[in-house]
Amino acid sequence: MDFLLVQFLNGLASASSLFLVASGLSIIFGVSRIVNFAHGSFYMLGAYVAWTLTRGLDWVAFGHLGFWGGILIAAVVVGLLGVIVEILLLRRIYQAPELFQLLATFGVVLIVQDATLWIWGAQDLLGPRAPGMRGAIDIMGQRFPQYEMLLIVIGPAVLGLLWLLFHRTRWGTLVRAATLDREMVAALGVDQKLLFTSIFFLGSFLAALGGGLQLPREPVQLNMDLAIIADAFVVVVVGGMGSVGGAYLAALLIAELQAFMLFVPDFALFGVTVSISKMTLIPSFLVMAVVLVVRPYGLLGRPPSHARIAGAVEPVVRATPAELKWLGYAALALLVVLPFFVGDYGLIVATEILIMVLVAASLHFMMGPGGMASFGHAAYFGLGAYGAALMTKHLMAPMAVGLAAGPLLAGLFGILFGWFCVRLSGVYLAMLTLAFAQIVWSIAFQWVAMTGGDNGLLGIWPDSWATGKDVYYYLTLALCVAGVLVLRRMIYAPFGYALRAGRDSPLRAEAIGIDVVRVQWAAFTVAAVFAGLAGALFVYFKGSVFPTYASIPKSVDALMMVLMGGVQTITGPLIGAVVYMGLHEQLVRLTELWRLVLGASIIALVLAFPQGIAGFVVRLWLKGKAEDL
Amino acid sequence: MSVLAVQGLQKSFGGVQAVAGVSFAVEAGELLAMIGPNGAGKTTCFNMLMGQLRPDAGSVAFEGSDITGLAPRQVWRLGVGRTFQITATFASMTVSENVQMALLSHHRKLASFWAPATSLYADEAAALLQQVGMVDQRQRACGVLAYGDLKRVELAVALANQPRLLLMDEPTAGMAPRERVALMELTAKLTRDRGIAVLFTEHDMDVVFAQADRIIVLNRGRLIAQGTPAEVRADKGVQDVYLGSGSTFGGH
Ligand SMILES: Nc1ncnc2c1ncn2[C@@H]1O[C@H](COP(=O)(O)OP(=O)(O)OP(=O)(O)O)[C@@H](O)[C@H]1O
Ligand SMILES: [Mg+2]
Repeated sequence: MDFLLVQFLNGLASASSLFLVASGLSIIFGVSRIVNFAHGSFYMLGAYVAWTLTRGLDWVAFGHLGFWGGILIAAVVVGLLGVIVEILLLRRIYQAPELFQLLATFGVVLIVQDATLWIWGAQDLLGPRAPGMRGAIDIMGQRFPQYEMLLIVIGPAVLGLLWLLFHRTRWGTLVRAATLDREMVAALGVDQKLLFTSIFFLGSFLAALGGGLQLPREPVQLNMDLAIIADAFVVVVVGGMGSVGGAYLAALLIAELQAFMLFVPDFALFGVTVSISKMTLIPSFLVMAVVLVVRPYGLLGRPPSHARIAGAVEPVVRATPAELKWLGYAALALLVVLPFFVGDYGLIVATEILIMVLVAASLHFMMGPGGMASFGHAAYFGLGAYGAALMTKHLMAPMAVGLAAGPLLAGLFGILFGWFCVRLSGVYLAMLTLAFAQIVWSIAFQWVAMTGGDNGLLGIWPDSWATGKDVYYYLTLALCVAGVLVLRRMIYAPFGYALRAGRDSPLRAEAIGIDVVRVQWAAFTVAAVFAGLAGALFVYFKGSVFPTYASIPKSVDALMMVLMGGVQTITGPLIGAVVYMGLHEQLVRLTELWRLVLGASIIALVLAFPQGIAGFVVRLWLKGKAEDL
Repeated sequence: MSVLAVQGLQKSFGGVQAVAGVSFAVEAGELLAMIGPNGAGKTTCFNMLMGQLRPDAGSVAFEGSDITGLAPRQVWRLGVGRTFQITATFASMTVSENVQMALLSHHRKLASFWAPATSLYADEAAALLQQVGMVDQRQRACGVLAYGDLKRVELAVALANQPRLLLMDEPTAGMAPRERVALMELTAKLTRDRGIAVLFTEHDMDVVFAQADRIIVLNRGRLIAQGTPAEVRADKGVQDVYLGSGSTFGGH
């Protein structure tokens, strides 16, 4: 009984931490409609800067003031950083498609990662403990840390302050109005720029405050940013995007479930130990699944207004032009003779690029014709990889079985996750795919008995006939080209047309007998299967599999390839994959700070080519052709 | 048995009673016009007939069987076609492909993953487009068409499943006066030849009085009059509504 109470209190404390971060994200989204990936980075920076201010300086000399002042000053500093990002970057892309905004903020994530590494180094930093709060209090015979008690209070206190801010000040009224109807507020002659900038300050401030307050609880680390952003996404989606109260409710639900999940005993499944209590993302998943089925826009959210970004009319998909066909044949011929001209290193690079081309094509299938942007496509790549690896590792199956098991496993999860995802659209769908991907990642990371956890599974090599680099290259070439062609064929087949019909006008599609949700679900699954095939090929190519295969950066890689190539063309993503992988490869070889350079390149690309490279080329090509077809 | 029989249909949005207990029927081969000022509840009514909206109360029967609460795609499969007040077409497809989609769906060929879609039912699509006068433009993108032309495409799409009931929400909006009459004449001809029942809304009274067999009048969600064009024209209540709302009414 007492133990239950303590667990309950632990849940409350975690809920407060989650809420601080998620509320900022939700507020920013409510007003600017930007899903700010960099929010996790601000959280991390909040912790690092606070560490410097409290630990790096001689905080003992300042006592309470030093500690609390340090955290507050850090939050203000990071809030100002948020303002700088808003003014320099986001302000230029408010009109860009949502995905490009997401990508740009991910560019910020990469830059901040390298900057943090450069300033604070790679080692974990232990924070100070809160002065006067080092002890524990006695709750019915159980000891409970004082600091946790404080956190429990901070969450609702911040919620109350935010409520006062939004309901008792003119600024808050404007923010609420803008959340409901941005156009109307603009029409009233409100200074939008100031409003947006100030909201970014508040959001980033809250994130950093959340980070700073973690100091006494956990060491400051470089992976804090992506770890928290997935949790924050889940909280925001569950609570309802733009709703602060919803964010608290959701944080509470998830944190309490997590706290009580520790009681679920381990059990054995197919002879492997499953410890649910260690898989901390499972409760988030459960809560999210249930809430989204019952209330698709979150506990306290409302359906997004239908004002879509203008100019989003997709061009007509026409038969492949003859020039492009010949270009394709030429490229294929080149790939076939490649092993005669390049050495092993060249073949390794080519094999990897081929696999990534298939990933890009599969993601494009759901994103382009399907209109479903996935921020978690790496999940299916990872599942394909693990599916194959587990077959070979635990069942000693030959490679052919693994190559079939990978896509199968990915497809099964595509069916499961897709069922939820296709019920949403736009950013909601993108955030949900990301959350699912984090679940896959966490299972791979936390189910050590099965997956080897962080150490991964090693020694998964191809059957003896395919160990040669050239043989494996040809195998990859055959499967990837076949995969790309099948996907392409599907886009031109009635199924692909039905998919596009659902994207162009669900209203009309339903009115001519098309079950849009089912078609999208099928497309989601198809995309998962082909990503899974790519993952399976990748495992035997690398000889190992790690949780990072399903990580957020991998998902962003896939997205970058498609967006660089241009979603609207079918060939673009293939080119995008080649260019992006080439760039990546070179960057990693050339510089230690490759994340920084990559992040900056992503931002530059978003600013320069909102249509993608291929889209840009197509427009150049069409110029002067005076074609309205 | 009426093709469409509506009983006591009701729908409110928040506090607004958009449709407040409407009953009427449409017979095979009949052109029934639903008129009423802006916001009278006509589109809301249409949306409940085909399943885009679920009624708060009341029932809809198609050829004698209850279809209340069915999804639009199910109602369509039974043989109901529809055009929208704000046109809904597939902007990334050509005019022909828009019609082909409806044909593919009608012939249950959508689950095909292999054959190129553009080559399927192209002739049938051309025949339908011929009827509405859009065959010359069939290779153009739907996204670039003039509004009146889009309305024609919608009609061709709505005819693709050989419907026995056609619901047309302002089918001639955005057209020149002469085109309007022509399009409704075409609709009237199809209706009579094939025995299709048509329910349409229209703000142009010339079109209404020239083509409709019967008229029902909606105001603030209520049915305030129904009858032949002559009866409705003579109705005092109808005249009040139209004069009161400042719309032009009656034949010129
Ligand atoms: N989705 C909705 N939410 C809230 N109110 C709605 C909604 N749809 C319609 N209404 C309201 O219901 C009433 C009837 O609208 P409806 O569109 O059916 O009228 P209408 O007769 O088709 O008008 P018009 O001639 O302008 O097309 C109006 O007051 C409208 O504001
Ligand atoms: Mg209407």
